[in-house]
Amino acid sequence: MSEVAAGPAPAGGQSKLTKINEAVIRIAGNSQDGIQAIGGFLARLAGRSEQEVMTFMTIPSTISGGPSIFQVRIGSGEVLSPGDEADMLLAFYQHSYEDHINSLKLGGIVLYDSDHITPKPEWLENYRHVGVAISSKTVEAIGGTGRDKGKNIFALGLLARIFDLNVPKLNKLIEERFGGKDPTVVQNAVTCFEAGYNHQLQDLLKTYQLQHAELKGHTQVVMNGNEALAYGLLAAGVRFGAGYPITPWSDIMELLRRELPKYGGSFIQCEDEIASISMAIGASYGGRVAVTGSSGPGISLKTEALGWASMAEMPLVIVDVQRGGPSTGMPTNIEQSDLNIACFGGHGDSPRVVIAPSSVEDCFYTAIEAVNIARKYSTPVLILTDQGIATRIEAFIEPDLKKICQDLTPDLTPIADHKPYDLKAPDGITRHVAPGTRIASGKYPVVTGLEHDELGHPTGSPKLHTAMTAKRRNKLRRLGADLPVPTTYGPNEGQVLLVGWGSTQGPLREAVDRFRSVGDAVSSLHIKYINPLPNGLDEIFKGFRHVFVVELNDEGLYGYGQLTSLLRARYAEPKIRGIHKCDGQVWKVKEILERVRAAMTPSRPS
Amino acid sequence: MSELSIPFATLPRTTVPAAGLEVTPLADADRKPLSKKEVSADHPTWCPGCGDFSVLALYFKLIEKRKMWHEKITTVAGIGCSSRFPYFVQAHGAHFIHGRALPFASGISLSRPDLHVFVFGGDGDAFSIGGNHFTHTARKNVKMTYVVMDNFVYGLTKKQTSPTSPIGFKSKTDIWGSTDRPINPLKQAISAGATFVARTTHTNPNHVLKMMEAAMDHDGFSFIECLSECVEFFPGAFDSSNPRKGGQFLEVPAEHDVADEYAAYRLADEPFPGRFGIFFQTQRPTKNANEAKLIADHRAKVGGLADWQILQKSFDRTK
Repeated sequence: MSEVAAGPAPAGGQSKLTKINEAVIRIAGNSQDGIQAIGGFLARLAGRSEQEVMTFMTIPSTISGGPSIFQVRIGSGEVLSPGDEADMLLAFYQHSYEDHINSLKLGGIVLYDSDHITPKPEWLENYRHVGVAISSKTVEAIGGTGRDKGKNIFALGLLARIFDLNVPKLNKLIEERFGGKDPTVVQNAVTCFEAGYNHQLQDLLKTYQLQHAELKGHTQVVMNGNEALAYGLLAAGVRFGAGYPITPWSDIMELLRRELPKYGGSFIQCEDEIASISMAIGASYGGRVAVTGSSGPGISLKTEALGWASMAEMPLVIVDVQRGGPSTGMPTNIEQSDLNIACFGGHGDSPRVVIAPSSVEDCFYTAIEAVNIARKYSTPVLILTDQGIATRIEAFIEPDLKKICQDLTPDLTPIADHKPYDLKAPDGITRHVAPGTRIASGKYPVVTGLEHDELGHPTGSPKLHTAMTAKRRNKLRRLGADLPVPTTYGPNEGQVLLVGWGSTQGPLREAVDRFRSVGDAVSSLHIKYINPLPNGLDEIFKGFRHVFVVELNDEGLYGYGQLTSLLRARYAEPKIRGIHKCDGQVWKVKEILERVRAAMTPSRPS
Repeated sequence: MSELSIPFATLPRTTVPAAGLEVTPLADADRKPLSKKEVSADHPTWCPGCGDFSVLALYFKLIEKRKMWHEKITTVAGIGCSSRFPYFVQAHGAHFIHGRALPFASGISLSRPDLHVFVFGGDGDAFSIGGNHFTHTARKNVKMTYVVMDNFVYGLTKKQTSPTSPIGFKSKTDIWGSTDRPINPLKQAISAGATFVARTTHTNPNHVLKMMEAAMDHDGFSFIECLSECVEFFPGAFDSSNPRKGGQFLEVPAEHDVADEYAAYRLADEPFPGRFGIFFQTQRPTKNANEAKLIADHRAKVGGLADWQILQKSFDRTK
């Protein structure tokens, strides 16, 4: 929490108001305490106040209960990561307090429920302790039932007081959230909030006020990556999907199931992963790009059908919300270890497109782009997100939906003749006509997984297999040539280039800022288009002495992680090295700095 | 805001008539029924004498008799000898992967209510690798016609045991005779919730056509088990159902109540050669109808809003 100015007159007669640029608040409790709701309120409030916000959460993979945290970072300037260290820890239980005190910066505030927590004397000196009997005060406020349900909203009231949050806006959010339910629910929530807000905090010396953000003149929307991706698919014109439940992909299928009927579409829950990709491909063949998705293990099951889509050249969008693997692995943790299966998973030579969005906002636009690439290049497209980006909440500028939304109603206009796999197609790309289209020549195509001639009929011809394999590969080379070359964050030459992909863009950029603030010539490059890679990356690498690919996966047998290996294979460039970890946690900026500095020590060859 | 590197405006539509090749559609009344020549495509790759020829010929006959147009028929198959079917039919068709023809066909059926989807396959495709999909497509009652050409053996891979091979059948993988209890396709279909279950055999063409017509007219998942002899790897398997080979072709008794699930189940349990005809038929809302109703209800609720306005409402709730 960076203080920007000495506080003006003390607020409330007892504590001093300090203006700050940003705040990192970690809320620790159990999964059923509604701590995600507090975090959600804070994020929404920040969004409405045109502030930047990023959250981070962990959820247990148990069915009910278990420790859970929600961290929210609100800032007036650019927020790139959920923050390494918290300014405040709001702890509900002794274990929350003991497990998370280390995430608090020295001198930070522990706001704790004194009904459940006994402070440790040895920590009193380093952290400011503020105890409030949150549970009993909540019961007291609502009265009667003896249950502490609502203590999250009481705690939100406390935070509103400490951080001088906009109370009318918060009240409105509470009303919106609980509105539509039993009126007593809204009333109880408001009562809890007011009780928390009006609670006299004896031990607190200061309260804080977030600086107003520089007004961007744009309305912000606030959502998590899974929501942004699902809404992006709707905006892109996708009207059919099929899936099977698996964490953390399920949120996307649930949202699409709920929303698609409003748009005249359907989302079908299938008997398994294989059926769901098969059904989506069937619907794509029906004339309108469909979607399926899953997480790690489910993607493995889908690969045979994915190979068919590659062979038959059928447009399709497949979402992979990566999680810790292999096998059931760490289902509620972050990892970037499905890059290989996304790019290469399957038998035979089966080219496909892989794109990885870098932020919640990017999830929305990437979904649209994936649909359009699938259509333009008649190919399956995988969107690689991960558990971190799926569940983290960010605010972003509201898209111009009227302009963006697409209508993909299939065109069934009769045609004179049609060869889907035309080897002489001017752009070299396969085009399908949807069933229902009359073809005047009377020659109808078959779409197939067998090697085929131009009409889709089977062939064993060595010449045709060679030509068709080249056709399927060359169209993606074409796409690679059409892709925008990414630009570096920071100058395009220097000592070190940090290369990242997917959800790690923010922490990497923050690391670059910190390196640069102490004079180190470090830049970063984020690769969104993983397969095919855009052209021109080698030119960028030339500008740096060291290239470190920072990714959340294992260094593998030969010392190089998944994107690292791909880049080394593509460019045969020995200066490309990897910085990897697979502890199921997001990168802390501090970790990146330490790992880069360690890799730069003179004992290592460079 | 992220820039879209491939903006929509530059994209062709999913289906692109080549320039200058647009044709004017004829009114259906002006079109003549398709002849066998017009609906047949590649020459079948089946062995001479294979039962599948008869099923294909009767499919052509069905198209001709029912005056279906090329573009309204979609023929789907998985993998196997019989699954080569789509290549032999001059119509939109798809040859998908082993065992997954039903979910693929469901994707077409559920997104394109204007088409009639026919799925053809074999016993391995339907009851072994695709067993799970058979159960769930039947349970969901997705509208389509599924004809399983059952030959009691794996033919394309040259004589391994199939899920319908009788006990004692000697194959390359059961050289001492198969010991696993065979699946009874009719019982499987009835218990899974199929709403039309019939049985026929390639040696009785009129009966095959009759069953295909009834299946096509059924609003729901219609399943036909069609015995189709593999002359190469299981010759004579169905002789006892063929009067010309000294067997008996016994139809489902006239007094059988097709709406009686238990009676159908008992009838399906008769030992080989069993009965032929419609074992079970009932009306239950199809998945297609259920989804259509869901859509109609939701569309009524959103009123006349454009798609972007519906999405805008969702976004407004996130502000």
